[in-house]
Amino acid sequence: MKYVDEFRDGALAQGLAGAIARAARPQRRYHFMEFCGGHTHAIFRYGLADLLPEGVRMIHGPGCPVCVLPMGRIDMAIQLAVQHGVTLCTYGDMLRVPGGKGVSLLTAKAQGADIRMVYSPADAVALAQAHPDRPVVFFAIGFETTTPPTALAIKQAAALGLANFSVFCNHVLTPSAIQNILESPEVRELGTVPLDGFIGPAHVSTVIGSRPYEFFAEEYRRPVVIAGFEPLDVMQAILMLVRQVNEDRFEVENEFARAVSRDGNAKAKALVAELFELRRSFEWRGLGRVPYSALAIKAAYGAFDAERRFALEPVSVPDHKACACGAILRGLKTPADCALFGTACTPETPIGSCMVSAEGACAAWYSYGRARGARGKPS
Amino acid sequence: MKPLDRTRGVVEMAHGGGGRAMARLIESIFLTSFANPLLNQRNDQACFAVEKGRLAMTTDSYVIQPLFFPGGDIGALSVHGTVNDLAMAGAVPLHLSAGFILEEGLPLADLARLVDSMGQAARAAGVAIVTGDTKVVEKGKGDGVFITTTGIGIIPDGVAPSGERARPGDAILLSGTLGDHGVAVMSRRENLSFETAILSDCASLHGLVAAMVAVAPDLHVLRDPTRGGLAATLNEIAQQSGVGMELVETAIPVKAQVRAACELLGLDPLNVANEGKLVAIVAPKDAERVLAAMQAHPLGRDAARIGTVIEDADRFVVLKTGFGGTRMVDWLAGEQLPRIC
Repeated sequence: MKYVDEFRDGALAQGLAGAIARAARPQRRYHFMEFCGGHTHAIFRYGLADLLPEGVRMIHGPGCPVCVLPMGRIDMAIQLAVQHGVTLCTYGDMLRVPGGKGVSLLTAKAQGADIRMVYSPADAVALAQAHPDRPVVFFAIGFETTTPPTALAIKQAAALGLANFSVFCNHVLTPSAIQNILESPEVRELGTVPLDGFIGPAHVSTVIGSRPYEFFAEEYRRPVVIAGFEPLDVMQAILMLVRQVNEDRFEVENEFARAVSRDGNAKAKALVAELFELRRSFEWRGLGRVPYSALAIKAAYGAFDAERRFALEPVSVPDHKACACGAILRGLKTPADCALFGTACTPETPIGSCMVSAEGACAAWYSYGRARGARGKPS
Repeated sequence: MKPLDRTRGVVEMAHGGGGRAMARLIESIFLTSFANPLLNQRNDQACFAVEKGRLAMTTDSYVIQPLFFPGGDIGALSVHGTVNDLAMAGAVPLHLSAGFILEEGLPLADLARLVDSMGQAARAAGVAIVTGDTKVVEKGKGDGVFITTTGIGIIPDGVAPSGERARPGDAILLSGTLGDHGVAVMSRRENLSFETAILSDCASLHGLVAAMVAVAPDLHVLRDPTRGGLAATLNEIAQQSGVGMELVETAIPVKAQVRAACELLGLDPLNVANEGKLVAIVAPKDAERVLAAMQAHPLGRDAARIGTVIEDADRFVVLKTGFGGTRMVDWLAGEQLPRIC
């Protein structure tokens, strides 16, 4: 695959591994968080940990949109399909995640609810157009990457005058989550949890640009390197982070310059600003309530807002008491430290947020990294 | 009684009613495509003698959508799949039975086409469909057509591949490229159509197995990586045999188009279904001979040695990535679903 294989080259990886090993100071430990599930996936899928020196450890952050969606919101989606009898359209990886009562969208579908997997919100619009007699709701989830397509779908539905289409909006914001992690007492208090820098999101940053991270780098004195999702991107970003730490710098650097600019995608940002507004606060699975961290559909487009239209009451379901996801997402614990991991909590029967999607830290550790754990190596 | 309209007609409830309509359907569609002496006797069972020795028996149901896909259809698949289940025991397939559940409204032209393709596949494989059954269910109670085939075959002396026979040091051989069938079918699924020249690999593998057995009868394990892909197959064998496995990613053949489609959909070729590939686990001393025999057969041209069986109490399947790291190759949790970003 042209333009993809180049970023997965084993020989270049060895070169970068050597450079990281030479740059990392032997007496120092480096703890970097990759925010995005896409990076977590790349790290596990390509076995990156084998290429990093002892002192460099990756903390797998909360950037998997499926993982951080609280169970209450899944219950609300099921309500839409079951009580309100709508045709609910959703992305594939949302289907398996259990809600508060252990019921997933797949289970609800098996019990007769009309739940469809779509690849794009445009598919949901097309479905609404083809069945004007049927209420169709798009279950919108994701970070800044998936928000513009949802906005476009609403615009398109408005232009077509589709009275039977609406969106159950669950779009969340990356910078608010990063700030929440940096604000947590464990991270703020020096020495409790070491967090030396961030690998910044790839696709999210193509939309929002690199500018939004400049505040954290400055305010919290942590370097950020925006990186693509290919394994060489991640290796290069780690090298850049090690160098910044060594030189006591805390800048926003852009490894993913082939796709990310400082200001991002102006058109997409304008579209999102036109249709969405900030929610005062939103619940994140694993992180709890995070202020100004999610988007709601503006009143002007209220007709397309499923929450208004079906007068949905908010549902909140607490996480399992023994679940360590919150601590894992902040780097306080590793999956192996959790009593439920691999026993009660597995990809087939996920209990915590990090296990529900292949991009979650626990699921990736379980599916790709278990062998390392059994051999006593860190993930 | 109207004659069967094979161009514009559809399956009706009467075609399963046991009356003249059913007889006409069987005669004009099934008997013409499957014709063989045992079936032609039109008894409720086929009676035949077998040689002395061990028999293998297997059954499989086919419910695939779409019914027709690039490189095959449900009919051909229902022959190849069952023949392959026999072949994976080292058996020489002998006879098949076929049960059809037809949904009212299925165009007879489609039925005739897939039954014909089934007949062709059976003839090419040298097996006969010797007995069968047809039922019709009301519209909405089926999905066009469901087919169940059962097969029996004869296992030559000295051949005894089985899932629990993988031993540390054994070579893991794969007969060709991964994921062709899964990607070909997905490319035709509703709301996921994409352009691809990839054809399903569906094929009967007993000829390939015979070529392998000819050079090394004591193949330890044979299995076709269908649903769940290579990952599921190797994990099953690791569990059964109580061993681990070490694979080399760069040695595993995957077509560029299949890799690209998987990349786009967020799938891993190791989890995607195949219908014309096999995995063989053989003693180290036999590895080269068996591999050469596979590569000399048209269905094993791209065969490769992809890894080695190792001792591992945890029974993990581990992959050395082309990038230079290692990772586990696990079963899928549930159905494989595309990722969103």
